[in-house]
Amino acid sequence: MRAAVIPAAPALAPRRATLAWAPALTVAAFVVPIGAGLAGTVAPAFGYLPAIGGNEWTLAPWRSLFAYPGFASSLKSTLVTALLATLGALAIALGSCAYLHGTRLQRRIGASIAPLLAMPHAALAIGFAFLILPSGWIARVVSPWLTGWTVPLDVLTVGHPSGLPIVGSLLLKEVPYLMLMTLGALNQVPADAHTRIAQSLGYGRVAAWFKVVLPQVYPQIRLSVYAVLSYSLSVVDVALILGPSNPPTLAVLAVRWFADPDTSRYFLGAAAAALLFALVGVAIAAWAVAEKVLAYLGRRWIERGTRAPYVSPAAATATATLLAMLALAAATIAGLALWSFAQTWRFPAALPDGLTLGNWQRQSRSLLDPALTTLGVGLAATLVALALTLACLEHEAHLSAARSARARGAQVLWLIYLPLLVPQVAFLFGTQVLLVRLGFDATLAAVIWAHLIFVLPYMFLSLADPWRAFDARYTRSALALGSPPWRVFVRVKVPILLKPLLIACAVGFAVSVGQYLPTLFAGSGRVATLTTEAVTLSAGADRRVIGTWALLQAVLPWFGYLLAALVPAALYTRRRALNP
Amino acid sequence: MKRDQPPAIGVAAEPLGLRGVTLAIGARALFPPLDLVIAGGECVTIMGPSGCGKSTLLNHIAGTLDPAFSASGSVGIGAQPLDGLPPEQRHVGILFQDDLLFPHLSVGGNLAFALPAHVRGRAARRARIESALLEAELPGFAARDPATLSGGQRARVALMRTLLAEPRALLLDEPFNRLDAQLRGDFRSFVIGHARERGLPILLVTHDEADAAAIGGRVIRLG
Repeated sequence: MRAAVIPAAPALAPRRATLAWAPALTVAAFVVPIGAGLAGTVAPAFGYLPAIGGNEWTLAPWRSLFAYPGFASSLKSTLVTALLATLGALAIALGSCAYLHGTRLQRRIGASIAPLLAMPHAALAIGFAFLILPSGWIARVVSPWLTGWTVPLDVLTVGHPSGLPIVGSLLLKEVPYLMLMTLGALNQVPADAHTRIAQSLGYGRVAAWFKVVLPQVYPQIRLSVYAVLSYSLSVVDVALILGPSNPPTLAVLAVRWFADPDTSRYFLGAAAAALLFALVGVAIAAWAVAEKVLAYLGRRWIERGTRAPYVSPAAATATATLLAMLALAAATIAGLALWSFAQTWRFPAALPDGLTLGNWQRQSRSLLDPALTTLGVGLAATLVALALTLACLEHEAHLSAARSARARGAQVLWLIYLPLLVPQVAFLFGTQVLLVRLGFDATLAAVIWAHLIFVLPYMFLSLADPWRAFDARYTRSALALGSPPWRVFVRVKVPILLKPLLIACAVGFAVSVGQYLPTLFAGSGRVATLTTEAVTLSAGADRRVIGTWALLQAVLPWFGYLLAALVPAALYTRRRALNP
Repeated sequence: MKRDQPPAIGVAAEPLGLRGVTLAIGARALFPPLDLVIAGGECVTIMGPSGCGKSTLLNHIAGTLDPAFSASGSVGIGAQPLDGLPPEQRHVGILFQDDLLFPHLSVGGNLAFALPAHVRGRAARRARIESALLEAELPGFAARDPATLSGGQRARVALMRTLLAEPRALLLDEPFNRLDAQLRGDFRSFVIGHARERGLPILLVTHDEADAAAIGGRVIRLG
């Protein structure tokens, strides 16, 4: 047995040294801009930004922020939408996972939510608006035969002061995200065996899941929940498309002030962004306290021995909600597609009068450049992130013989989640100031770097588990056969892990395509992608025009996933172990 | 007898009966129709090579048969048929090779999870758990993390957990395999002793002849 290990050791020694830079460089790639960006946002919030004449530390920005007429209602809609979206997403995701555990439907739903995850927030929000507007598809389908409406009602749905449309659109994305995270975490615990034991002790399937499986799974999805909370508090593109306009949510307010031609407004924007940063911190801390309280109450509940049959109908309700949401999401995508091919579509017709390629032909000129930019930035960010991720994971693989990789992985996990926990508005302005200083703003490289900050963590999270699960004996036996390490990597490890590798790339590309705020700030508003243009157009263009932009934005990431599915399938048609 | 003792189901325990039970995967039957009645306090051993369907039979009795299999015949305890009942309503206890103690609960928490809710009040529940731990020769272990227990201790907690849920039959899916030879004999007599005391019909699945010889009851060979 030992003989297989021995040849590996000398061969690995030089490589360990060559990859030692990888973790530090990777962490620096996103910690430096976030740290510098935070400092560059918080300082102006206290009046300090010499470039535009802020040389004194003062509380004036805060005073004018609190005195802003819409401040209270902006704060309120920010908090309410974020809390509803996070609580709702968690409840629906966990309820559905509990109810569907071990059923065949679970696998089918697991597969059908992947396209939703790939869809950019902006495209989904636009499609959602097309559904719920007073003149939207839902109203058209039930009019006039049911409602009697021959003209759209004069009410606010999109832009409603409550911010509920934001909640709806966020749920469509965050429920699948939390579900996928939970399903992944379920593989790490003996969920089936424990459920079966609990059933033999008299517990129903759903009660068993909540009392036995959830306490083991939740610690593994905790950071994802915090990421959803932070994102919901600070989301900009969805809030621009669906949220109230006067006053908008806090994040939109900050972006609006940062974009103001009057540079003195920057201080106000910085104060709003810094407040948002603090709000996210407080919200996560409060959530963590609530977790502790619930864990204590939950243990009491578990040890009381109640077989809790009532949780099953609650979980069934969550599952029904999930199914309704999936139908809504499908309608969202179908609506975008219909509008982009619609000849004319008058209210209250349920369908367009005819289909045409005309919208696409008319838009093709203006679509082409932003589409190429989106594609190029996405590919570049993905490739750089892939190189860094692989370097880190390979470095770790060589160390793990000596130390426990899992323990080390847990330590850096917080760091990897950092870009997903810190609200984007809170550091992007500071990053932009820094880029302007360096004369580096509005370049493609700056935009790629800004995307990298968000592409990197998602790719790392996607690739880490399969990479760590790789049976190191393949590497050892290939080395023992006399192959140099680089050859073992290229000829053995990458081919075996090709599928997770390509999926990670698809995830990274999808993340890049969806980035709105980083593109806006790093590009100084001068680098146009499908996302920035679609969000801008959503403010008032013809729905047929918006439809083409949003649909193209949504379709681009799907191509990535399609390739990630088709390439290994085509290469390994006769290799069942690699192509289940 | 103290008031908070379990209802004396042991005395009037009912037999576990299998009538014409077969399991099939696709069109292939795993074994010929099985007829078997196990009286309260009796232990029947099923032996056979791996893949003969012996563990699958236990899953079927417990109600957790993998949907890839199809079953025919009927299973019941006393006069009550179990067919079609969800696992949680069968009151069939099962022990596996792994103890499957829940890692997020203390030893006492694991037992409290199993103890039915009709034992009310914190003091009464705690007393029942303490007496179960005493039976398992683990007094004062309630607050311990199961991960700090030895394999033999964990196995005994797992049995107590199963028994606290007041099962009407006990299924044993090679629960002795993990333990080393010395512990194995001790735990085997511990399990059989406690189950017999409660008058439970016991069905043991194993591929170790020593288990069958030590228990000395009827032996059925599958496959």
